[in-house]
Amino acid sequence: MALELKQSEFEIERDKNKCISCEVCVRQCSNDVHEYDSDQDTLYSDNSKCVGCRRCETLCPTGALKIRNREDQFKTNYNWTSSHLSNIYRQADSGGVLLTGMGSDRAHTVYWDHILFNAAQVTNPSIDPLREPMEIRTFIGRKPERLDFEINRNKDSKESLKDTNIKLKTKVPPQLDLSTPIMFSAMSYGSVSLNVCKSLAAAASEFGTYYNTGEGGLHKDLYGYAKNTIVQVASGRYGVDVDYLNKGAAVEIKIGQGAKPGIGGHLPGEKVTGDISNTRMIPEGTDAISPAPHHDIYSIEDLAQLIYALKEATNWLKPVGVKVSAVHNIAPIASGIVRAGADFVTIDGLRGGTGAAPQIIRDNVGIPIELAIASVDERLREEGIRYRSSIIAAGSIRSSADVIKAIALGADAVYIGTAALVAIGCHLCQKCYTGKCNWGIATQDPYLTKRLNPEIGTRKLLNLLRGWSLEIKEMLGGAGINAIESLKSNREHLRGINLNDRELAVLGIKHAGEAW
Amino acid sequence: MRERHGDCKMKKIYIQEEYCIGCRLCEIYCQVKHSKSKKIIKAFKEEMIDILPRVLVEEIGYNSFAIQCRHCSDAPCVEACISGAMQKNKNTGVVTCDEDKCVGCWSCIMVCPYGVIRRNLSGKKIASKCDLCIDEEIPVCVQNCPNEALKFMDKDAKEKNPVGTKTGRKNEK
Repeated sequence: MALELKQSEFEIERDKNKCISCEVCVRQCSNDVHEYDSDQDTLYSDNSKCVGCRRCETLCPTGALKIRNREDQFKTNYNWTSSHLSNIYRQADSGGVLLTGMGSDRAHTVYWDHILFNAAQVTNPSIDPLREPMEIRTFIGRKPERLDFEINRNKDSKESLKDTNIKLKTKVPPQLDLSTPIMFSAMSYGSVSLNVCKSLAAAASEFGTYYNTGEGGLHKDLYGYAKNTIVQVASGRYGVDVDYLNKGAAVEIKIGQGAKPGIGGHLPGEKVTGDISNTRMIPEGTDAISPAPHHDIYSIEDLAQLIYALKEATNWLKPVGVKVSAVHNIAPIASGIVRAGADFVTIDGLRGGTGAAPQIIRDNVGIPIELAIASVDERLREEGIRYRSSIIAAGSIRSSADVIKAIALGADAVYIGTAALVAIGCHLCQKCYTGKCNWGIATQDPYLTKRLNPEIGTRKLLNLLRGWSLEIKEMLGGAGINAIESLKSNREHLRGINLNDRELAVLGIKHAGEAW
Repeated sequence: MRERHGDCKMKKIYIQEEYCIGCRLCEIYCQVKHSKSKKIIKAFKEEMIDILPRVLVEEIGYNSFAIQCRHCSDAPCVEACISGAMQKNKNTGVVTCDEDKCVGCWSCIMVCPYGVIRRNLSGKKIASKCDLCIDEEIPVCVQNCPNEALKFMDKDAKEKNPVGTKTGRKNEK
């Protein structure tokens, strides 16, 4: 067999003075990196199998293990980087499309890091969120264009207001009520384990926000969290029937995903086991292929038909939204989606995560979410239809600062996927597609799924939501704002740094140092 | 130091086998706790000949769970002990083996329904078993279980608060 030319990416350093041969590393590695030799009472590690998930390093009771990136895999070359060389070697061996997981790790400009948030000084007072009310409650759904009231005034009364009966005449369309502008993005049962779904669902339910089923159907163990579930209808329509649609609090039609715009999904047959086959409503062992397009949607008009069909199926009681990836013409596309009747538009940016995607697509297709939100919000306002839909931003929201910047750029709320998984243990090794996730997240292997105790997962996610919400309140208070609604699309609170004129124009913000 | 209770309120270690990941850190920390130095590296490198883990991880396929002495209310090992080494403390309910009195006859091992007493042959033959880390707030196996598969609680608390995320519990009120 010809020699494989790919070099190992990681180097495992084992401190012999600290290693007690307890074999925790051996038992925890699903890639069989570590091996115990009983004759020599020594542990050996195979660098080439290591994926850098750091499970062994984290669980080692004596800190004897260090996983290091091998910087010197190849001779330094700024053009032919290690990743290019490794990929070529891998493809020369396999002849296939290179798969990867999670969001892009390439050094694309992260605009969040070039945007700075404002604070109040002298001319308007800042607010202490611990002592004064601070509203971050968010409603997702179509807002009425105007409000009509029925006013019955008692003419005999002198006190005009006291005897006046005011009633809201306008019927407000169905809304999602979020206690914080953060939701958990679509991750299907199948791409992640049921314990992950349980953690997300329980945390969303406890905190008063929503999680999304992804295209995996709704497992019966999650029925109890239905009020906090957004059910997804994607191109494969797995697990979709009228009961499923009516179980959720909202329906989301998935057209695209930030990590792989224009690409469908493929859950291999070997992963479609008992529970997953039931939940997806397909026979056991069959491949679950989500086509790249919806085969009944080839235009905005077709999309409108599906939106209204879903509204009809859910008795007009639930918001129906559409998720698209951020692509070059996102502004007119979003405008079309809004006109097609979507109650919310989810936009997933270039750096959005995935369980499996061709690496070349993930790293090269789409546009960053920051630019997409700004241009969509701008376009919908110009056209006077912004009120008709909420905008949900997704695709690498890493901190509460990213959340607040997204909202100031024009989003109503954000979806977090990767951040949520990181909270419950993900170490971004990007090997989700292998199904051997050592952290028990992106796997269905019963040896591995046990590693995520949903009780712990729920607690950690709740803490994350709480922490971010507190920080959002702090930042709002600092800027002298007491309701997140007042920040929405309020780009005067943002300034760019190290950005050129075009970038600032697209983002619709001034450069740092520029005042009114 | 833990609050002392009668047997019915006694805190015990419960296992959620669906979350036991078979890492055996409970065994490792048990050994450290019962070593002379209580320092993990020193204990394993220099003192390990003497120390047996008093908690055992049983495994079949992907099913695993850690088991240690249940500290039974009618402990058969106490009945069976010929030298009076095995005693159940009336205040704490903890069953312990007085190693000075133990003669290594293994009667306790024969009668233990859980198979959680082991033979320690390193010095004088003695029975080795879980002492519930009586000087710790929480036993070390529970403290160090990375997935909280081990819980330390009394029976009432266990029945009132079933461990694990019971699905749908929140919305079913």
